[in-house]
Amino acid sequence: MSSTTSLETDRKADAPRQGTPLIEVQNLKKYYPIKKGILSKTVGHVKAVDGLNFSIYPGETISLVGESGCGKSTTGQAIVQLDPPTEGKVIFQGRDLSTLSNTELRQLRPQLQIIFQDPYSSLNPRKRVGDLLAEPLLVHKLADKSEVTRKVDDILEIVGLTKHHRNHYPHEFSGGQRQRIGIARALILNPKLIVCDEPVSALDVSIQAQVLNLLKDLQQKFQLTYLFIAHGLGAVKYISDRIAVMYLGKIVELGTTEEIFKNPRHPYTQILLSAYPVPNPHLRNRNRVVVEGDVPNPANPPKGCSFHTRCPLAQSICREKTPDLMGSGHTVACHFPLA
Amino acid sequence: MSSNLLEVEKLQTAFKNDKGEVISVDEVTFNLKPGETIGIVGESGCGKSVTSLSVMRLLGKSGYIKKGSIKLGGNDLAQLPEAHMRHIRGNEISMIFQEPMTSLNPVFTIGNQMMELILLHMKLSKKEAKMYAIEMLKKVGIPRAEEIIHEYPHKLSGGMRQRVMIAMALSCKPKLLIADEPTTALDVTIQAQILELMKKLRQESNTAIMMISHDLGVIAEMADKVLVMYAGQVVEEADVFALFDEPKHPYTKGLMESIPHLEYDSHERLASIPGTVPTLKHMPKGCRFHTRCPFANEKCKNEKPPLLSINQHDEHKVRCWLYEDQHQQILADTQREVHA
Amino acid sequence: MFQYIVRRILIALPVLFGVTIFSFLIVNMAPGNPVEMQINPDATAADIALKKEALGLNDPLYVQYVRWLSGILHGNFGFSFSTHQAVTGMISDRIGPTLLLMGTAIIIAYLIAIPIGILSATRQYSWMDYLSTSFSFLGISIPHFFLGLGAIYVFSIVFQIFPTGGMNTLGGTGGFADTFNHLILPALVLGTGIAGSMVRYVRSSVLEILGQDYLRTARSKGLKEFFVINKHALRNALIPIITVIGMDIPLLIGGAVVTEQIFQWPGLGQLTIQSIGSRDYPTLMAMNLMAAVAVLLSNLITDVLYSVADPRIKYN
Repeated sequence: MSSTTSLETDRKADAPRQGTPLIEVQNLKKYYPIKKGILSKTVGHVKAVDGLNFSIYPGETISLVGESGCGKSTTGQAIVQLDPPTEGKVIFQGRDLSTLSNTELRQLRPQLQIIFQDPYSSLNPRKRVGDLLAEPLLVHKLADKSEVTRKVDDILEIVGLTKHHRNHYPHEFSGGQRQRIGIARALILNPKLIVCDEPVSALDVSIQAQVLNLLKDLQQKFQLTYLFIAHGLGAVKYISDRIAVMYLGKIVELGTTEEIFKNPRHPYTQILLSAYPVPNPHLRNRNRVVVEGDVPNPANPPKGCSFHTRCPLAQSICREKTPDLMGSGHTVACHFPLA
Repeated sequence: MSSNLLEVEKLQTAFKNDKGEVISVDEVTFNLKPGETIGIVGESGCGKSVTSLSVMRLLGKSGYIKKGSIKLGGNDLAQLPEAHMRHIRGNEISMIFQEPMTSLNPVFTIGNQMMELILLHMKLSKKEAKMYAIEMLKKVGIPRAEEIIHEYPHKLSGGMRQRVMIAMALSCKPKLLIADEPTTALDVTIQAQILELMKKLRQESNTAIMMISHDLGVIAEMADKVLVMYAGQVVEEADVFALFDEPKHPYTKGLMESIPHLEYDSHERLASIPGTVPTLKHMPKGCRFHTRCPFANEKCKNEKPPLLSINQHDEHKVRCWLYEDQHQQILADTQREVHA
Repeated sequence: MFQYIVRRILIALPVLFGVTIFSFLIVNMAPGNPVEMQINPDATAADIALKKEALGLNDPLYVQYVRWLSGILHGNFGFSFSTHQAVTGMISDRIGPTLLLMGTAIIIAYLIAIPIGILSATRQYSWMDYLSTSFSFLGISIPHFFLGLGAIYVFSIVFQIFPTGGMNTLGGTGGFADTFNHLILPALVLGTGIAGSMVRYVRSSVLEILGQDYLRTARSKGLKEFFVINKHALRNALIPIITVIGMDIPLLIGGAVVTEQIFQWPGLGQLTIQSIGSRDYPTLMAMNLMAAVAVLLSNLITDVLYSVADPRIKYN
């Protein structure tokens, strides 16, 4: 493409995945017990997240994609310790978060922030925007009273609002503006990592573009690292450096954005890509792989490869043996990966 | 043309509130032929859902059709008495909704809810109605239909519930199916299943479809022609290929450029339409899009643009002053043809 | 389901045990004792001491408690201090009339509240709505004794339609018609009180359901509004109302105490008042326990009804 912008060259030059990772996720598991019987005995577990391993490098955007119930949001919340994992480690800058005391964890919190899909329900409706943004600063003692106002004004400008918005309440804003406030609230703490949990899914198309652009700009400006969680593949493709495709609590494929979109190796990835409706009527009769059936119940996942019940290529080994994530760089968990 | 199934003419729908009334949909005009699919696309609050609910006359207590006509067959639905309208709903026009999880009543079985409709509009015995309901469920690809019919909705996944809704909607062989964001709440792979199913059933039944969506991808997959709505009005109407190949209205263009594409690489910035959609109470004077439009001039600020035809066969229309010359040209051409 | 009920009963046992300790202690800490109430004013201190010894009131508290508790476990609530009858027998005589009164009151409450609540919700902000909201406000705020006395004045004294009290005409042959005639006023009084709060629950419950997507689906089928409301909306609106029944039982017990007293209804409520008046500890403690059992039981029944009304709820 001739109009390669500086943005793109920067991304290439950045070459993420080098140096030490910002976050290392090792064998991350999040189980929710199922209770039954007179004494509420635990009879099983919903394995929302079942043994994830991946690293997040400074300055990159890694996306978790998958359908509802695949565990992508749970993973995001486990990493920032909002919903601490059942098992496994989250190592942030060399420190295992599960071993930290509450005080130590609180000191680290500003560096690990999260923004949510529905900014409205995550903003206290009775507080003015100025107070909403000042609160985290004061809680973490990152600014004294005299600085707070200036910092709040600065951050409002940075996310594309004005300092006059300080005195307004959340309900006075549109969805896109509220998401800007959500971003501002995360950003004001000067975080290293921001988990973006479906940040644009609830927004209109034209507003989605505004917010995605903003996220990209902020990443450049503040050297942010994003864990981007979404089901909309368009947004994911636009913003990600690397993509992890999840299915039933496991990563089935992990690679750079280009690898995943140009050369998907897991049948599920391929199906996901081909299922996405393309805004081009000339491609409407393309050969698409439509998968039958629903996602199985995570409380009772199929034996072997969890995708085998819907996979067009499944063989007998897929029903017995769970495939591991294999390969270097572009990894795939499949007994018969596509070429 | 007389072969039209549905002719909506200058529809204006309003809602009463404590401060008076707000016009939610204004000057909406379109036609639909049997078996044709029209896509209505736009962002939240643009009036696409209100348009569909106007056709169903399901506007609630505070909504009403203020002006215009909705002709289906020989009837003007805008004028029809409620009792007659009830006979049309579910029978000649049926509807499926965005939220399959909440669109079925949780305390009645699938069979109960399907048979209720079938018994209402078809002359069948209870037993026949049940057999027919099972047949319809099988048609939409529900496995174990004989058992599912006795189940309550919560036992089914979102995709399955939407299939049930489709089975129900198509039970009485309607002439028109209104699908209001039918796949928005579903996962991508399930969305693909439902779209494929709708395509298959459309072919078999020759039902006309009004497909309402905010997703240009879904519209491109399904529609024959497209209405783009903005702030309660149709701003562009065109054949689906013409619309995606050569969008004319600045809003349509903005919308197309702000979606990230999968099929080609672009790490360029996404184009985005600045600002937000105006609220119904504070509708700008002149063209409703002029506050966000990069090409707006004085005329746009003061005068309301009409829907201008910009090709010979009256197929591509744009509500934008930028195309006034082109429109005049077409008019002149047509007149010359008539004289010659 | 069976497992669930067993578990709930097991959980209820410690609660009941606590109630026995509590009611025993409170009653014993109350000033005054039954001997003073019963004995004639001329009795000497020695007589009183003798009487106390005979009733076991001089034993340490825990001995009295254990004696009482083991009696209950054998279905024996002891003997009334005032009438000297077995408490168990007195309860079984009076439980019938109370259940009759409470049952009728609940039925009346629902017959009033459900239609009014639905009308009020479907015509929100109409004069009907304002009228029914005012009615419910009155129903909640007028105390039972006032309503009862007013009803007696109007219906029994001025118009002389219903008897002023009792369950059967004195010296009459009794029978269903006679009892029914006596039942109407107290049941109405008790029922309106409950109906008052019930109207509000039905109204808000129906209002919430009216916005649900499945009603739009029902309308899009071409159903008449009557069926949309009374089939699709009502069944769903009743689910939260079931909870209210459970919460209303304790309220009803309290109301019954007052209403029975005013109408001389020979039920447990009247017995309670009498036993309070005469410091009749064994009867009083038995009544406390009965009330506790009734509340726990009604909660359990509520939860079971829930799973019957709502197919989405499954207990295990």
